[in-house]
Amino acid sequence: MDIFVQQLINGLVLGSIYALIALGYTMVYGILELINFAHGEVTMFGAMICLAILNALLLHSGLPPLLILGIGLVGAIGFCMVLGYALERIAYRPLRHAPRLAPLITAIGMSIVLQNVAMLIWGKKFLSFPDIIPIQRFTIAGANITNLQIVIILLAILIMICLWLLIHRTRLGRAMRATAQSPELASLMGINPNTIISATFMIGGALGAVAGVMVNAYYGPAHYTMGFMLGLKAFTAAVLGGIGNITGAMFGGLLLGLIESFGAGYIGQLTGGFMGSNYQHVFAFFVLILILVFRPSGLFGERVGERA
Amino acid sequence: MLQVENLSVAYGAVNAVKSIDLQIAAGELVCLIGANGAGKTTTLKTLGGMLKPQHGRIEYFDQSICGLPSHELLQRGIALVPEGRGIFSRLSVRENLQLGAYSRNDAAGITQDLEQMFTLFPRLAERAGQIAGTLSGGEQQMLAIARALMSRPKLLLLDEPSMGLAPVMVQKIFQTIRDIAAAGVTILLVEQNAKLALQISQRGYVMENGRITLTDAAPALLANPQVQHAYLGG
Ligand SMILES: Nc1ncnc2c1ncn2[C@@H]1O[C@H](COP(=O)(O)OP(=O)(O)OP(=O)(O)O)[C@@H](O)[C@H]1O
Ligand SMILES: [Mg+2]
Repeated sequence: MDIFVQQLINGLVLGSIYALIALGYTMVYGILELINFAHGEVTMFGAMICLAILNALLLHSGLPPLLILGIGLVGAIGFCMVLGYALERIAYRPLRHAPRLAPLITAIGMSIVLQNVAMLIWGKKFLSFPDIIPIQRFTIAGANITNLQIVIILLAILIMICLWLLIHRTRLGRAMRATAQSPELASLMGINPNTIISATFMIGGALGAVAGVMVNAYYGPAHYTMGFMLGLKAFTAAVLGGIGNITGAMFGGLLLGLIESFGAGYIGQLTGGFMGSNYQHVFAFFVLILILVFRPSGLFGERVGERA
Repeated sequence: MLQVENLSVAYGAVNAVKSIDLQIAAGELVCLIGANGAGKTTTLKTLGGMLKPQHGRIEYFDQSICGLPSHELLQRGIALVPEGRGIFSRLSVRENLQLGAYSRNDAAGITQDLEQMFTLFPRLAERAGQIAGTLSGGEQQMLAIARALMSRPKLLLLDEPSMGLAPVMVQKIFQTIRDIAAAGVTILLVEQNAKLALQISQRGYVMENGRITLTDAAPALLANPQVQHAYLGG
């Protein structure tokens, strides 16, 4: 029983992070039908920038640690919003009317460029998150949960509620949904599709930054290649939920986190000890293949061919 | 108000509109009629900023608006209701109307206009919270027109508002267009239903194979044997 609750908690933490990153993929796809493969690297930059700010301030400022953490997070969010904006402006916008393969290849190219830039700045070392959050442990139903895990889950849920309200209850959100349905029609309403596209990349960048900091604070060291696997997993989550669908990305992320966590928790028992929890990654890609074969539109997807 | 000179539009190698001239004065209701494939939609889309012309001049209040994108034209008061309605089918009726007022920032005026649309089109009021894609064809056309009015346009471009509608609904739409014109909005109406269009218009243009072949006052066109033979089934 306690291993079940434990894996449930672990899965929710992991899933919250996947969901935040998956939203960046899905929002961009919803409007441009572009898979922004560089989004994983935006997440990596979020972690790196926050880390750089934390280390600098801890060393020189003498501010209280939690304030420093806040500044680091806000700094990372701001940086990734600019990075998302710049990516679209420089790499994708010139190819807006090019054949679909061109922006896809460019996205892969940008991902490689960003990795190398990060390597040049921060080197190839694994960079640990400083010890500024005093970890407290609680026990629920025989399972361990830390204050950091609780904060990650709550913060992710709060952000997703805010995003949902933004999309469904504000003028900008209405314009985003209109542009996703048809940029031409949106333009007839006086909406500048380019403004909306930029806003989408910036929101995705902000969510990615928060996720990157969470990964670094919770799972361990930041590295210039960390965005690759994270991005691939989050992309899987977006496909699982139905790419282009925002609610789908939220649930797809949570579900993938749970699948991985339970898979890793029980794989030893299932295979008689033949495979261990280091096979965790297998589950994500197994899910991706199953979805692509049996339900390519994802769990929440209905949108293929549904454009106005 | 609108002056079009020597306007040509092409899709790749297909010349859809060939060097047309067109004028509309403020307050006029003018129609553009012609057979399928004559180039009416292409003309309207170009005036609405959805297509870039090959060459020619488009002047609006004595300023060139040639090549400006739709969202800038809307800010200057040109609203287009596209062929086949083009509503946001996954958004609610109310949200569609709110999007029509996207370029405005007078919250009180928007609320007031929204109420006015609901009085003008009671059907839309009943269905305000409903997903727009579930409306009937006639209701969708009402919504598309109401949404365009939400921007308080000076010039309204309507592309075949009667397409695919039952006769009763067609009558209703044409009455609505008349009312809008009476309220002072300048209208360019593209129609297959030449008779009805000419009956409510002051002037008309006849388009054939991308060229404007005839233009006159609407009553004169209605009486013209050539027009009667080709477009009025007489
Ligand atoms: N996207 C396109 N690509 C190539 N050719 C096009 C395109 N759209 C229209 N055309 C061609 O341009 C010509 C004019 O089309 P347009 O849609 O303007 O006609 P229309 O007068 O609106 O006809 P209808 O009454 O059937 O709506 C037609 O010959 C059509 O085949
Ligand atoms: Mg047409």
